[in-house]
Amino acid sequence: MSTPHSSSTTSGPHRASSPPGPQIPQSLTLAPTAASSASPSPSSSSASGMRDAAGDDSDSPPSQMSEDDPGGGWEPDLRAGNGRWAPPDQVLENVLESVLEFLTAARDRNAASLVCRSWYRAEAQTRRELFIGNCYAVSPRRAVERFGGLRAVVLKGKPRFADFSLVPYGWGAYVSPWVAALGPAYPRLERICLKRMTVSDDDLALVANSFPLFRELSLVYCDGFSTLGLAVIAERCRHLRVLDLMEDYVEDEDDELVDWISKFPESNTSLESLVFDCVSVPFNFEALEALVARSPALRRLRVNHHVSVEQLRRLMARAPQLTHFGTGAFRSEAAPGGGLSVAELATSFAASKSLTCLSGFRDVNPEYLPAIYPACAKLTSLNFSFASLTAEELKPVIRNCINLRTFWVLDTVGDEGLQAVAGTCSDLRELRVFPLDASEDSEGSVSDVGLHAISEGCPKLESILYFCQQMTNEAVIAMSKKCPDLVVFRLCIMGRRRPDRITGDPMDEGFGAIVKNCKKLTRLSVSGLLTDKAFAYIGNHGKLIKTLSVAFAGNSDMSLQYVFEGCTKLQKLEVRDSPFTDKGLLSGLNYFYNMRFLWMNSCKLTMRGCKDVAQQMQNLVVEVIKDHTDDEGEDDIVDKLYLYRSLAGPRNDAPPFVTLL
Amino acid sequence: MAGADVDVGTELRLGLPGGGAEAAKAAKRGFEDTIDLKLKLPTAGMEEAAAVKPEPAAEKAKRPAEAPDADAEKPPAPKAQAVGWPPVRSYRRNVMTVQSVKSKKEEEPEKQQSAVTAGSNSSAFVKVSMDGAPYLRKVDLKMYDSYKDLSIALKKMFSTFATTGNNMNEGKLVDPVSGADVVTTYEDKDGDWMLVGDVPWEMFVESCKRLRIMKSSEAIGLAPRAKDKCKNKS
Repeated sequence: MSTPHSSSTTSGPHRASSPPGPQIPQSLTLAPTAASSASPSPSSSSASGMRDAAGDDSDSPPSQMSEDDPGGGWEPDLRAGNGRWAPPDQVLENVLESVLEFLTAARDRNAASLVCRSWYRAEAQTRRELFIGNCYAVSPRRAVERFGGLRAVVLKGKPRFADFSLVPYGWGAYVSPWVAALGPAYPRLERICLKRMTVSDDDLALVANSFPLFRELSLVYCDGFSTLGLAVIAERCRHLRVLDLMEDYVEDEDDELVDWISKFPESNTSLESLVFDCVSVPFNFEALEALVARSPALRRLRVNHHVSVEQLRRLMARAPQLTHFGTGAFRSEAAPGGGLSVAELATSFAASKSLTCLSGFRDVNPEYLPAIYPACAKLTSLNFSFASLTAEELKPVIRNCINLRTFWVLDTVGDEGLQAVAGTCSDLRELRVFPLDASEDSEGSVSDVGLHAISEGCPKLESILYFCQQMTNEAVIAMSKKCPDLVVFRLCIMGRRRPDRITGDPMDEGFGAIVKNCKKLTRLSVSGLLTDKAFAYIGNHGKLIKTLSVAFAGNSDMSLQYVFEGCTKLQKLEVRDSPFTDKGLLSGLNYFYNMRFLWMNSCKLTMRGCKDVAQQMQNLVVEVIKDHTDDEGEDDIVDKLYLYRSLAGPRNDAPPFVTLL
Repeated sequence: MAGADVDVGTELRLGLPGGGAEAAKAAKRGFEDTIDLKLKLPTAGMEEAAAVKPEPAAEKAKRPAEAPDADAEKPPAPKAQAVGWPPVRSYRRNVMTVQSVKSKKEEEPEKQQSAVTAGSNSSAFVKVSMDGAPYLRKVDLKMYDSYKDLSIALKKMFSTFATTGNNMNEGKLVDPVSGADVVTTYEDKDGDWMLVGDVPWEMFVESCKRLRIMKSSEAIGLAPRAKDKCKNKS
């Protein structure tokens, strides 16, 4: 009855065959009075029709239905119309929106939005999660104008080197303008995830007041808020499921500590995840225990170090269904001789049959470690990175962790401890070895020996972060061959420009082997003594690398050039203390728009070179950042450069020590 | 006006690492979090067997791992520490600092002053600001037993300085930019700014609300005698 529209409007040769689209939701099928045969075909033919019309703008007349149709039984799904007759092109977009609902990956959505204006609009109405990797790349207003129905927003702020004190306080990345814009635009917003942003208590209050359906708040490496803000969230977000605070810097209210845990609803809550190990102030334990008792959906709980093992036991009794548990201090507050026995604590761990992820151990009394043995076999993730354990203390624990996939540990366990890990954890995917003493001249406890062991025992390794004092090319090469699945390789030889421990050679060959042999590598951090040769390797072979971190490396601008020219997927480049000049910077001109950002500090850049870049690239924001303590006007030398592509232009919230070129 | 009690370590005085120009340049980069005092943990596993002996292939000389007091006698480090290197987040460094200090305390139980630890599980976090630093820090005063312990921890936090002089209390803290001496002051419950070190430690912990490390040139009226003391001791 209805003519398939594609045949009426388009020429044959251009018509693509109907793609096997996803199932059409029932709500879009026509009512029985209309031809039922129309139900599957409109979508598929519409899709192909859209393809044909890719070059057209939306004015071309696609007739989803012929004008003859009564249209009475038709109920468009997504627009507000309840049985209203929708004009044909809107119907088309409705159908498209239903289809696009199924697209969740941002990359797919970005691609779909580029097809034509109609797809762009449909995609913009159906995108549920907005990911913005640089909060200054686009203005809140623009985001709000484009996307009509967001439910979740993910925002990242400061450059990563801010974590290492390289970005002065007050640089920016305030969430306030975003919350102010999102509030009125998305009353149904459910989830906000922020990374490296400054979030004030007022911002948190605004979130709590703006979004009645709010469910998830995740703050990672953020700062600016205190327990006051947490109290407002707890109190007002009645449907809160997730409150994850990860390594934030939480201000304290000097005069009064707010008992935010008591502010959660008194009835049963919908809490699934409560992570607050970084909120370092004491809290009301009784309130937490009661909260846990009335949160039947709770699966993840990570407490701060003000929790003793006795208190842990009480918590575990209330929440035997936990899957992720952060154990606080893991010691007893009682006098020696008193306090919980290891056996009693072990029964708690035995009773928590769902535990897969353990962390905490912030001040661990090693005598209590055996209490976790009953849980070890089921563990997939174990974080000992705040526990200074020896190899002897680690071995009996790790021996039981046969299913471990993620392991974070301090280098106090030494090469010997790592050998024990390698001996048991054949399924290991992620390893992080942190230094107890993070200085260049400390005595290293782990070395190439430990790395060798890991590559022998853990062939499925995908991600490694390894701090050490000494390394050899040979160990790195061995890892490159035995762990071909590596996606993330971050090696930090803590002594600057330190060569191969045995041969004295630069570490070029080791990192070269990594980029050559690990074909899935997307993230690389280099260290040790490195010449331009290493970067030639990286440029030649690192075709999938998205993030590259460079420190104290390279001899000339060629290094930068190799990277810019070779790493075609490069998105984030962070460089410090390397001898690169304006020439190296300018070799990247053609590539900056493909990248999210470039950070360079303590290299050999001058204002002239940075201004050159700013002038030639209109959609780049070029920031030159001075330290507070830079009294002398060495005006031409640029100590810190941060440049990023942006649709928003230079920001208006920059502090005085930031110069926008 | 300021207490002239010489017995208790008053101002915390710590000096720049050696090496003029390079150190000054490094200091201009801002303040760093690197723990440049090495603490030997008394754990069995951290032994020479596990550690690999550093080879002289390293281009820079390595400082021996010593207690901070002994550092005072050694020649200054050949290079200044770099800000934010190694790249360990301050969140992690802070926790490690606390743990290291605590385990040191456990090693020397006889030296512990039980008055401090008795019956007190709560913490006493106070903000610490240093003039010219880009951000503030927090310390828990209950973690420490004495002004000396506190000064060790503060040195770690604002660690572009090292001790000179004969002992901890006489080390000079020098503002990295201007080279001036600094003094450590605190705000007490009444809101007055006082010189650190005048009162017994326990009393100080009870009354201290925040700490400020300021240039001694600004410490007028607060610690004129502190400056004189500096000159007397040096």
